[in-house]
Amino acid sequence: MSSVLPVDENSDAVRAKTMPPQNQSQRHQPWISGVLADRIFGFFAKGAAYLTLGLLVGILLSLVVGAWPAIEKYGLSFLWRSQWDPVQEEFGGLVMIYGTLATSIIALLIAVPVSFGIALFLTELSPAWLKRPLGTAIELLAAVPSIVYGMWGLMVFGPLLAEYVQTPLQSLLGGVPYLGALVSGPPVGIGILSAGIILAIMVIPFIASVMRDVFEVVPPMLKESAYGLGATTWEVVSTIVLPFTKTGVLGAVMLGLGRALGETMAVTFVIGNMNQLTSLSVFEAANSITSALANEFAEAGAGLHQASLIYLGLVLFFITFVVLAFSKLLLLRLKKSEGAKS
Amino acid sequence: MNAGSVSKTTTDAQRQARYNSRKRVNTLALILAQAAMAFGVFWLIWILLETVRLGLGGMSLALFTQMTPAPNEVGGLANAIWGSVVMVVLATAIGTPIGVMAGIYLAEYEPRGWLAETTRFVNDILLSAPSIVIGLFIYALVVARLKSFSGMAGVLALALIVIPVVIRTTENMLALVPAGLREASYALGTPKWKVITLITLRSARAGVLTGILLAVARISGETAPLLFTALSNQFWNSDLSKPMASLPVTIFKFAMSPYENWQELAWAGVFLITMAVLGLNILARVLTRQK
Repeated sequence: MSSVLPVDENSDAVRAKTMPPQNQSQRHQPWISGVLADRIFGFFAKGAAYLTLGLLVGILLSLVVGAWPAIEKYGLSFLWRSQWDPVQEEFGGLVMIYGTLATSIIALLIAVPVSFGIALFLTELSPAWLKRPLGTAIELLAAVPSIVYGMWGLMVFGPLLAEYVQTPLQSLLGGVPYLGALVSGPPVGIGILSAGIILAIMVIPFIASVMRDVFEVVPPMLKESAYGLGATTWEVVSTIVLPFTKTGVLGAVMLGLGRALGETMAVTFVIGNMNQLTSLSVFEAANSITSALANEFAEAGAGLHQASLIYLGLVLFFITFVVLAFSKLLLLRLKKSEGAKS
Repeated sequence: MNAGSVSKTTTDAQRQARYNSRKRVNTLALILAQAAMAFGVFWLIWILLETVRLGLGGMSLALFTQMTPAPNEVGGLANAIWGSVVMVVLATAIGTPIGVMAGIYLAEYEPRGWLAETTRFVNDILLSAPSIVIGLFIYALVVARLKSFSGMAGVLALALIVIPVVIRTTENMLALVPAGLREASYALGTPKWKVITLITLRSARAGVLTGILLAVARISGETAPLLFTALSNQFWNSDLSKPMASLPVTIFKFAMSPYENWQELAWAGVFLITMAVLGLNILARVLTRQK
């Protein structure tokens, strides 16, 4: 800060010396327009901030208005009705809500431990020269468009999953009650499990990079003291880093969950888009909120069908809103406590 | 004496056992962490390899000069690429000024006021909100009113995705500008808007540009918000009031089809998008590193 100031003062002093006699009106003219310009600029800046707020309100309002016919007809029972029949005009969201939740939970079950491992590796283990390239690689994984994941999942990953995981599992568990039912279905590699795995690959970079940032706020003094007492790396992580950052870690997980719930393309490609709930097999084609919207909305005629789809969108927006707000609050709390401690 | 030495040896043995088990747990944890890292990088490499392997075959001049074909006919992706470029450019042009202005408000006007706090909160939620819901919003706002899918609706949907990304980076980058710079220019009597546009925004421009690049990268791959706003179009179209083809939506349509030539084109499109998005991301990184 102080290194900048003298330079400015100098240059200004020089300028003041070289051209002091300036006409009053010339000096005052830009000042007046400056005040006005200030007001206009401030107005636009504030307006842009209000616009962002208005966006959220607008999205909510438009969804409620669009979904109104369905809300009026079904009320909350929409959430646990499972028929979805555009021909008979009977709609219920259970199948899609189940699909969305099931795929996201599978995704988190895989992604959370892996992301934790990645964050641990990047903060505690990685040699300094590898930190940056690996961190970049993980962030690039987050940048790959979801349609690429979807296409790769459908054409490359799905068939492999069917051949090397589902078929052996079926022959192993086929006769076992309950467990056998979980893996039944044609071996084509689409369904809840493939969608969950691809979602996991997609959210790993989000969770891992937030976790890494969160781990890095742990004061080095705390970690070094533990190392000095002879703690192993794992002990430092599990007894110092994790307790210190637990709200932040949970915030990172929630952020990943928010992403997984709202992801459209990667899921639409591999979930199979079948409105059924008769089989709970993870290999059976199912549907999620986002893929129902992606597949049906453009063709749905105005009326109850469209309203029901918008109702689904509203449910999705509500769930993600709650999850993301929760995540944000947790991350904020970590930030505040960090400020209080340092 | 004898009893004492016995107990000493047992505690030594116990200590040794405990030490060994701590070491074992540690080694296991570290191996798992390394495995997790390898797991993460493995997918990136696999996806990139497959994209290059399956996409490179479809690269040809025809891809950029011919329209999207009917099933089992020869063609390219020219109209889809054009539509994507038009919509991404316009969406960036609409979204960036709003995002930059809101970012300026958050960083320079009342960083601790209720409006700034609320906007920051809402912005973080919009940043991760499902993009398909943005599509629904624009559908209700534009498409349902005008009774027609249109390129303009697609542009607006993408612009709404640009805004939060740009707000976030602009605010963060402006916050990094040393307060001394601002104070020095205020002390000279510079009006606030000049301080912001000529001093703080200028010294943060590499960062702000990075944010815009990241936003462009993000919307070039977005499919969901375009599905029922811009829809798609088989023909070359520059009229924003009509449905417009885009690369991601075309890929989606072609990839889900049973026709082999459509699938090949879809892979070529995926290759193009992946390279463009990764290129933009790497460019953005290089820009911030120079700073």
